[in-house]
Amino acid sequence: MSRREPDPHTPAARADTVDAPGRRRFLVAGSLTVGFSLLPGAHAYAQRATEDAAPVAGSAAAGKLPGNLASTPLLDAWIRIDAQSHITVYTGKAELGTGIQTAFTQIAAEELQVAPAQIHLVTADTGLTPNEGYTAGSHSTADSGTAILNAAAQVRELLLESAAGKLDVPTSALSVRDGRIVSVDGRSLSFGDAVAGLDLHRDAKPVSPLIPPAQYRVLGTPVPRIDIPAKVSGGASYVQDMRLPGMLHARAVRPPSYGATLIDVDSAAVEAMPGVVKVVRDGSYLAVVARDEWQAILAMRALERSARWQTVAKLPTPDTIYDTLLALPRREIIAGSRHGDAAPAVQTLHARYTKPYLSHGSIGPSCAIAHLDGGKMTVWTHAQGVFPLRGGLAELLAMKPDDIRCIHVPGAGCYGHNPADDAAADAALIARAVPGAPVRVQWMREQEHTWEPFGPAMITDVKASLDASGRVVDWQYEIWSNSHNQRIDNAGRLLPAQYLAQPFTPAPPQPIPMPEGGGDRNSVPLYDFPNFDVRYHFLPDMPIRVSAQRGLGAFQNVFTIESFIDELAAAAHADPVEFRLRHLSDRRGRDVIALAATKFGWNPARPRVPGHGVGFAFAQYKNLMSYLAIAVELRVVPETGDVRIERVVGAVDCGQIVNPDGVRNQIEGGILQSASWTLYEAVRYDEGGIRSFDWSSYPIMRFSQVPAKVDVHLIDRPGAPFLGAGEASQGPTAAAIANAIAAATGRRVRDLPMAAGGRLREFSGQARNG
Amino acid sequence: MITLSVNGVDHALDIDPSMPLLYALRNHLNLNGAKYGCGLGQCGACTVHVDGKPVFSCVTPASAVQGKPIRTIEGLGTPDRPSPLQHAFIDHQAAQCGYCIAGMIMRAQALLDTRPTSTEAEIRDYLQPNLCRCGTHMRIIGAIVQAFGAVAKQHTDDTHGAHA
Repeated sequence: MSRREPDPHTPAARADTVDAPGRRRFLVAGSLTVGFSLLPGAHAYAQRATEDAAPVAGSAAAGKLPGNLASTPLLDAWIRIDAQSHITVYTGKAELGTGIQTAFTQIAAEELQVAPAQIHLVTADTGLTPNEGYTAGSHSTADSGTAILNAAAQVRELLLESAAGKLDVPTSALSVRDGRIVSVDGRSLSFGDAVAGLDLHRDAKPVSPLIPPAQYRVLGTPVPRIDIPAKVSGGASYVQDMRLPGMLHARAVRPPSYGATLIDVDSAAVEAMPGVVKVVRDGSYLAVVARDEWQAILAMRALERSARWQTVAKLPTPDTIYDTLLALPRREIIAGSRHGDAAPAVQTLHARYTKPYLSHGSIGPSCAIAHLDGGKMTVWTHAQGVFPLRGGLAELLAMKPDDIRCIHVPGAGCYGHNPADDAAADAALIARAVPGAPVRVQWMREQEHTWEPFGPAMITDVKASLDASGRVVDWQYEIWSNSHNQRIDNAGRLLPAQYLAQPFTPAPPQPIPMPEGGGDRNSVPLYDFPNFDVRYHFLPDMPIRVSAQRGLGAFQNVFTIESFIDELAAAAHADPVEFRLRHLSDRRGRDVIALAATKFGWNPARPRVPGHGVGFAFAQYKNLMSYLAIAVELRVVPETGDVRIERVVGAVDCGQIVNPDGVRNQIEGGILQSASWTLYEAVRYDEGGIRSFDWSSYPIMRFSQVPAKVDVHLIDRPGAPFLGAGEASQGPTAAAIANAIAAATGRRVRDLPMAAGGRLREFSGQARNG
Repeated sequence: MITLSVNGVDHALDIDPSMPLLYALRNHLNLNGAKYGCGLGQCGACTVHVDGKPVFSCVTPASAVQGKPIRTIEGLGTPDRPSPLQHAFIDHQAAQCGYCIAGMIMRAQALLDTRPTSTEAEIRDYLQPNLCRCGTHMRIIGAIVQAFGAVAKQHTDDTHGAHA
């Protein structure tokens, strides 16, 4: 089940930050290396910084409530039923393309015992829904789904009690059938009849009368996604598709590089262009608003040509980035340790792994619409956290949060903190300059690519020892990484705010504490090692803009751990699957490993075929969410170094399954996306700036590189907590591919990406000879 | 004035001749299907048909396609009456965020219209210009293969029927 950390906006967390300025100065300066534990109150302060949290409850009793009922205990915050029996369910989570709209509808329908079509679901909207923080960290179903499950069960019970009173029968004589409450005597009431006089504005109870899983009719079935018919037929599915009356179109002009200052620009010439309404300039922030989108783009290009900038950026290069990271000031964090008795070590292995900066790379650049009308600002956004965004915008615009409403509307795929929030800030700043008119802003491809907060570059270093029987007796692990969470703690975290005449400063980076973790997510081995130390060198200074990307540090940590496990297995002359099971007592972990191995047809005695390899990997996401094991079979083409993935078999346990096809879709997608990260992707940059500005300078997987076959097998755990499926496959996929490439080429690749630029050509000759 | 023939209907539009077809479709004809992805012809999210061929509408000036038949995904079918290809995408639940999907369907439709007996390998090869970031490729391929099979079967049934 999920963990929940305090949100920066809660009173308790604010209290922790009262004495924070000194530490903040320390962090901004970033020039000292001080042990994390030496900071007074550091633990409490660190708890501010989680990307996954919903605000904590105000009362101790609410803290015992299931899921996010703990933060929003009122039943009518989640479910409302009107006199016409219309059922509306509210979630503070957003549809990011993962299918939660459908899944949450199933959950509510099951517990209310109605058809899914009878449920109207409202997603993240600061004006309507509970504040559930960010839609991130695979938390949606665990936190919001669990809240809806329990709220719906309690509302059903209250409806039955109300109906029992109206019909003068015991509740045991009543049941729900086809959306009506039916008595054994044949009489029935609609939900609208039953809800009359029933006050749902009451706190939920800790225990709910849940439907037994064996009786589920909707939950656990592959209900088709409610959003797909519109998406395959040109429906208005995205914020990009919204058209409001009188809507204007805007584009921002981004500086040529980080921190550049605008010296001058010929605004008047651009304002004379056809359709241009206004050039908006505030310090080094520059944008243009026009009647038509193409006019806005032409005007933006004209502004770009006339603007003169003073540049200051001096970035590391891909050749120097890892040395740069190793030399940056650190905050030392002990992510985990264990010390016990063990047999003497007979051999020790040591390896270092690296990951470059990765782009989220949504196919649709970020977009938002903002409308300042009568002193109230409404923002339609695909941001992951509408409530935190509202807080940031309130500070940016010097408005009261109550005067700003942020409404989530789906955008293109979201794989973490992309420029959605920045685009919302653009829209709000520009809308303020043209009050009364809705303003739509979409970023250009090169803006999305060069200005997004990337997934951080990382270094991991691992040293482990084996005893004479081939068991790991010691494991020493280190991580160097920037923050994986530069989300909207303040206005300064919004890119446009940093370029205003009165600029805002980003809140200093804070690590996400374990067990969720940030750069150290999944860094503690789940295996039964008698001794381990896991140290996270948290690097506050960020040479390149970074933030959360799907899985955070889990991608690199699982890639490292599960690659190194294979290296250890080889040193112990053991089969990789057997070697994992040898060190794993977790039953559910063993189950997914066994299922993946069986379905794949894993054969410890398989003959070695040069250029051809199989690889295996396993992880439990965050060591507390979904279990996933994966086997990959691939070929490395000697002449080109191309990798052809012939077969992938995954096995996943995400607790009680809400929608099996939805889980499969998430896991399949995660496998392919992770394969793309692992094999092909790296942000390009030089001293002058980011040089990945399109899909040719940031190549991702294309159809010729897609696996021939991917099969995902599910283990259902009826009645068990929802564990979330969105990120479970990112890390294991990378390691399984690495292990298969090692098997195919005889060489271990520890630096990502593995197949970019045909680099595996250098290995394939060895495989032929060896 | 620029005259565009879209999904069988002529539209006279007072737009800048340099305007890419994408913006004419989206902002002047209120069609959502074609998406802005890159503006460079690198991702295929904006794919529509001109003269039966798939084109990147983001790099095709509206003035260059005057008088030519333009087809968008809105011309294929509706949620209630989807085309075979749209139907197959629903059957396979072949979308996550779905932003690339209209372009995928239009690209695949062009192949279906011209080479309906294409193999899975040929389908994959033909889809090379189109990007998906969610990793929905397996389902996209599955849906297209199903639609090709359904159309081929329809063709066989029709042929068989004609002989009967």
